[in-house]
Amino acid sequence: MANEISIGAAAPGCKKVDPILVADNVMRQFGGLTAVNVEHVEIPRGQITALIGPNGAGKTTFFNLLTGFDKPNTGSWTFEGKNLAGVASYKVARLGMIRTFQLTKALSLLTVLENMRLGAQNQPGENFLRALIRPLWSKHEAAITVKADDLLKRFKLDAKREDYAAGLSGGQRKLLEMARALMSEPKLVMLDEPMAGVNPALTQSLLDHIKDLKKNGTTVLFVEHDMHMVRHISDWVIVMAEGKVVAEGPPAQVMKDPAVIDAYLGAHADTDLGTVAINVPGKAGN
Amino acid sequence: MDWLNIGSLALGELFSPFTATFILCALGLSVHFGYTGLLNFGQAAFAAVGAYGMAISVLTFGLPLGLGVLIGLLASAVFAVILGIPTLRLRADYLAIVTIAASEVFRYFMTTIGFAKVTGGSNGLSQFGEDFWAANPFAEGTYGFGPFMYRADELWIRLVAFSIIALGAVFVWLLMRSPWGRVLKGIREDEDAVRSLGKNVFAYKLQALIIGGALAALGGMVFVVNLSNVQPQSWGTTFTFMIWTVLLLGGAATILGPIVGGMVFFVLLSVTQGIMSGLVEIGALPFLTLPQVGQIRFLLIGLALMLLVIFRPQGIFGNKKELQFNG
Repeated sequence: MANEISIGAAAPGCKKVDPILVADNVMRQFGGLTAVNVEHVEIPRGQITALIGPNGAGKTTFFNLLTGFDKPNTGSWTFEGKNLAGVASYKVARLGMIRTFQLTKALSLLTVLENMRLGAQNQPGENFLRALIRPLWSKHEAAITVKADDLLKRFKLDAKREDYAAGLSGGQRKLLEMARALMSEPKLVMLDEPMAGVNPALTQSLLDHIKDLKKNGTTVLFVEHDMHMVRHISDWVIVMAEGKVVAEGPPAQVMKDPAVIDAYLGAHADTDLGTVAINVPGKAGN
Repeated sequence: MDWLNIGSLALGELFSPFTATFILCALGLSVHFGYTGLLNFGQAAFAAVGAYGMAISVLTFGLPLGLGVLIGLLASAVFAVILGIPTLRLRADYLAIVTIAASEVFRYFMTTIGFAKVTGGSNGLSQFGEDFWAANPFAEGTYGFGPFMYRADELWIRLVAFSIIALGAVFVWLLMRSPWGRVLKGIREDEDAVRSLGKNVFAYKLQALIIGGALAALGGMVFVVNLSNVQPQSWGTTFTFMIWTVLLLGGAATILGPIVGGMVFFVLLSVTQGIMSGLVEIGALPFLTLPQVGQIRFLLIGLALMLLVIFRPQGIFGNKKELQFNG
């Protein structure tokens, strides 16, 4: 089936018109278990890409590998043409590839505003010697505070500005983590289950934020179990199962792919098991 | 019981060089534990490395004391790097184990006869502080009032020690209000999150370990210059745990906490000693003898530390608001 994102037909490991991230032969083994074994995958620039798959498919491990939080046994990958294999996680972030975590990591005993400020890059006051002399960093601090306030307003957290992050609800922490990731104006945002544990009332606003990111030219890659979300906002879907990429393509096409149905539901998908979550719009597929 | 004497002895502890030593070490530990979340159980070793570094440069290499102080500080920084490189990449509890072991290793190393020519072995070293006492600007005589009467020497070391504390406190305050301090506090909360925001967590932790260690080294120097000798047995685990008590009493992530915590701790220690000895003397505690009083006090410190951590973990100056949240 033709589309605008891939070169040729959508197939596992297919080439993209304009990839931002390209991974080759990335393998990670834990003892005898091969958690990730991705031969080739490209993430399209400026699009929202969903990475889906059943529990234990290796999605989060793949995230950890790409962002330098874990080391693969073999493999290489490039971000905007720069080789990232073996690069420390903080350097990956500085290149403009910022991730969030499945278990939200709000910095509890820092205020919401301090959380946000920490997300900014190139604050000269983060250097030990310059930190001692306020005039060397106060101007920059004021600038990042304006930016932080702006983002907090967009994420409707401005009322919580001075509160400790520990006092936020689970959904608000997800929002804070995402807003904090945007402080550095990343080129690629990697969201690990942004919807997990989020109150349905917040879901819509989170979805809108992700769509806004695309509008501003940011590439989004996210791991998600919520099929509703995947179908509504993603331009491209990559399906992993048992560590491998088993299918790729636009969401409508991928959802019909027998390999995907197999991966999610096992080979007995056509046997009637009662209501199957994946076929019910708006319900989670986990 | 002589209440006046007990009170005057206790107040004398407020500004004693001994108190100053623990305040400086606790201020350093506040940088380690309170702000960065590093579990350092070897703070005594940082103080010892500073003290020995200074004493050995003066005695073995014949350097002036001022240069000895710098070398002591440098030695504590090297010690921090040696401890930090293998452990700071690992989980927090590894640092706790390695620091407590390293501090014991250092103490035993200083006790061995093999290097006694340089380290003095178990007898330790003395006569390295002459430059310091010679620089005393106060003329002979006594100064002060009430319980705060000091001889010229006593006044001089108190003045220097508490000036170092004031400078150290301002230094830590300047650092902690800066974006640099914010990164440290972020690391305390969740280092992976800080890493994902593009900060070199390892470098920050190492810097924090060095700065806190340098403050402890200054504390160690005050300690040995005041006693006019440095002995390996001073730097046992008791020394470290007293620093922890001082820090937790005052409040871990505060500047004033270690200062006031140190003063309160040593005043209390002196008061309990005075009262209990008094009670033993008048026969009110027939099950205790005078030498046992000193031991019982430390038992009470342990109890106080436990109660403190359970009922007031934020210490005297800690932020109550922070405590509404667990974790």
